[in-house]
Amino acid sequence: MTCEIDIAGLTKRFVTNTVLDGIDLCLKPGERVAIIGPSGTGKSTLLRCLNWLDRPDAGRIAIGDLSVDAAHASRAEILALRRRTGFVFQNYALFANKTARQNISEGLTTVRGWSAARAAQRADEILTQIGLADRGDSYPAALSGGQQQRVGIGRAMALEADLLLFDEPTSALDPEWVGEVLDLIRSIADGRQTILIVTHEMQFAREIADRIVFMDGGRIVEQGTPSQIFGDPQDERTRAFLRRVG
Amino acid sequence: MRPLDTAYMWDLVPIILGYVPLTLGMAIAAMAAALILAALLAIVRVLRVPVADGAVAVFISFFRGTPLLVQLFLFYYGLPQLFPALTSIDGITAAVIGLTLHFSAYMAESIRGAILGVDRSQWEAAQSIGMTQGQVLRRIVLPQASRVAAPTLMNYFIDLIKSTSLAFTLGVTEMMGAAQKEAAGSFLYLEAFLVVAVIYWIMVEALSVGQRWMERRLGKAVAR
Repeated sequence: MTCEIDIAGLTKRFVTNTVLDGIDLCLKPGERVAIIGPSGTGKSTLLRCLNWLDRPDAGRIAIGDLSVDAAHASRAEILALRRRTGFVFQNYALFANKTARQNISEGLTTVRGWSAARAAQRADEILTQIGLADRGDSYPAALSGGQQQRVGIGRAMALEADLLLFDEPTSALDPEWVGEVLDLIRSIADGRQTILIVTHEMQFAREIADRIVFMDGGRIVEQGTPSQIFGDPQDERTRAFLRRVG
Repeated sequence: MRPLDTAYMWDLVPIILGYVPLTLGMAIAAMAAALILAALLAIVRVLRVPVADGAVAVFISFFRGTPLLVQLFLFYYGLPQLFPALTSIDGITAAVIGLTLHFSAYMAESIRGAILGVDRSQWEAAQSIGMTQGQVLRRIVLPQASRVAAPTLMNYFIDLIKSTSLAFTLGVTEMMGAAQKEAAGSFLYLEAFLVVAVIYWIMVEALSVGQRWMERRLGKAVAR
């Protein structure tokens, strides 16, 4: 099996607390993987380490021909890694001083060096794709939670990263907006882009993921197809967790 | 008690007003330079740039911890004894430099506070798309911080305008110096200093109106 994204021995400690305890994970091109598990088991930290929002202490992250050794990562490698991974935040984290269109085009002009006109045109295409063609000039404060998160997804999409990371993208949303955001993620998860998503929406994970990864205590306990994990979990911790959330 | 010589006061008004451009010029020059310097100082502190951070902390502590008048004297009368090249510096330049250093120390602290007040998620989001630290600051963080800092910085500008009157102690004839000279000739100190006080007051009030207008506009651009 060829890994497009190959994570090996990824470890993260906060003071004395080991949040990630040697994570190994291989993602095939276009694979959609959902990470589930109890709160505080390092799911979000794993995603944040892949985008270097948290600095891993040890391990290796390889994306395509880029391979970053966590212990000796250079500034250039960190930037390169970030440019190959798009991140969707739980709390949207849209740029408050930029309109919806500018939120999407910002990375294209600043990071990828596109002209403003070309970036704005691309942003408009994405706005149409996320169903907000008429809200391009709105500032985040004027958008609903669901609309903000759709822009957040659009911003991550614009960079055409090798790996899209979703960190509990619907957890901060009012229930009325969850549906539209899940619908959008479904439409992106068409198998062309590799996706790693941390979610508490079990039904959603089961529906869109090719593979489910169950994490507990900073480790991957068990992984498999949705029918394996939800239908026939092998580990007692997985069974206990699924009983609680199911 | 004698009555105020109002006719004399009216005659003084145009004379003092003639020095308004110099006062404002010094204030604007010092403000512009102080803003740039303060932003740099604040960035050094926020990013905790090694070595520079400590030097900046001492700089800010010194210029906030000593009176402006003492700093101006030290700069204009004291330093030339150490560096003879500074002897040729004129009072206006010395005052502008002194005001710049002094106010940049205060403004750096406000700007630093405003930068730290920008939500951490804004940094993270900008970094997540691959922006460099400089790009994050320039494109995302500073624009948001400047909205927060603007009212305070405006207050410093008002303070700075009034502080230009200290240039008079370096032999500069600005509004205050002109009033002093007129009074020395007429002995009508009360009238002369009243006129200069009222002119300062009107200038500051006009700026305050502009400040309130600016705050309303900034508030509207990014409503919370």
